[in-house]
Amino acid sequence: MKRRDFLKLAGAASIAGCASSAPSKARVVVIGGGFGGASAAKYLRLWDPAIEVVLVERELGFTSCPISNLVLAGYSNMQEISRGYDGMRRHGVRVLHDEALAVDPVKKTVRLARGGELSYERLVVSPGIDFNFGEIQGYEAAMQEGRVLHAWKAGPQTVALRSQLERLRDGGVVVLSIPPAPYRCPPGPYERASMIAAYLKQAKPRSKILVLDANPDVTSKAGLFKRAWSDLYKDQLEYRGNSRAIAVDAKTMTVKLEVDDVKGDVLNVVPPHRAGDIALKAGLITTNNRWCDVDWRTMESKAVKGVHVLGDATLSAPAMPKSASMANNHAKIAAAGIVDLLNGRTPAPMKIINTCYSFVSEKEAIRVSSVHEWDPGQGTLLAVKGSGGVSAARSEPEATYAWNWARTIWADSLG
Amino acid sequence: MIHRILVTLAFACAAPAALAQDNSARNLTAPCAICHGTSGNPATKDVVPLAGLPREHIASQMRAFRDGQRPATVMHQIAKGYNDAQIDAMAAWFASQKR
Repeated sequence: MKRRDFLKLAGAASIAGCASSAPSKARVVVIGGGFGGASAAKYLRLWDPAIEVVLVERELGFTSCPISNLVLAGYSNMQEISRGYDGMRRHGVRVLHDEALAVDPVKKTVRLARGGELSYERLVVSPGIDFNFGEIQGYEAAMQEGRVLHAWKAGPQTVALRSQLERLRDGGVVVLSIPPAPYRCPPGPYERASMIAAYLKQAKPRSKILVLDANPDVTSKAGLFKRAWSDLYKDQLEYRGNSRAIAVDAKTMTVKLEVDDVKGDVLNVVPPHRAGDIALKAGLITTNNRWCDVDWRTMESKAVKGVHVLGDATLSAPAMPKSASMANNHAKIAAAGIVDLLNGRTPAPMKIINTCYSFVSEKEAIRVSSVHEWDPGQGTLLAVKGSGGVSAARSEPEATYAWNWARTIWADSLG
Repeated sequence: MIHRILVTLAFACAAPAALAQDNSARNLTAPCAICHGTSGNPATKDVVPLAGLPREHIASQMRAFRDGQRPATVMHQIAKGYNDAQIDAMAAWFASQKR
């Protein structure tokens, strides 16, 4: 045998040999192609190309919630915050545009809306949030009529809310109602208030935005947001804490609070959240009928073995926000853990970083960051003492870094 | 020659399952990707690509951020989450990545 021939043979043998002894036939199914699910699919392939990864996602494209508040002000547009799933395919991820209807954790299968079942060795569920519409009387009907919007999932409602703001008469009132914590993106509502105020100040200076917060006070970066509001939007923005919406009346364009009623020309009412529907159907919800508790070393569900839950749907660890950065890094915990488990290794806990930027004007942003590590005593991820914090002040460099963060995390998750 | 290749192949196949694999540097650096990009390659020119930078440089800058010697918007707060051994491991990993 010539040396060259042997090397060819050896190459073939090594592929076959590794394939039979290593877990190259293991299939991981990922439900949900947002920051969590897409990142998990990509990093599973990066870290073990022998694993087959199938991503199940309803939408043909990805629309980013981060930066979507800038679309409302006209500082960004839908095209800029949208990405395709071609990047996933380049990593060898099979992308199925379908909806997962049910999970059988005993048979280890996922049932799909278009028919058929997918079997899995490990399942990743990254379902994002859905809403408890029932907690606000009249909400669903009013939303169907387009009289009230949440725009808390970037997409058609983002476009609709922007269009309502554009049609608003000068002198009109925008009502933004914030649900009780925990909800997706703690600083998000206050960034939205800032962006709408910035638009009103520039385009309809006699108009106002009234912020009705179910929480007692601004829940994130409070000092920085309030400073921006008093410096920039004194005539546009009014903030009220302890103002929980309990009903909406589409006919009279009224938001009913526990104590009084508020009328507006644009009603942007964000209902209370819970883990996305498939988490409910798969039996993954463990806490308050809303969230999914996980083992933070692998993101494996505490309710259903072999299923890993990521992102906003999780019962957050202490001081951990429901953010895109966290979902992306939950995905890396899950990917590392699943790769270890499928290769017969014991997963090691990971240390992860959160960073959330918020725009307070077209060119200025603020930020909050934290580092989280496994605490064996408490059995959860905790913020590392002495690390993390917020911006010293709102600034243009923070806005530059905010745009870098957005474009880079889109690429890290989907590219 | 052939014998040596066979031994190498057998070892390569057995390694993932049989031996503990040290992914600690990979796991420590993966969260940095939200701003610095996959494997230290960001999507804009506004952030330093860490991939392929000299390890001594990365490590010394991380310590300077952590100890307050280099001003920053965010890195001074992140760097405080890591000890010297972790900083050295992260620096070595980024230095070994392709730009």
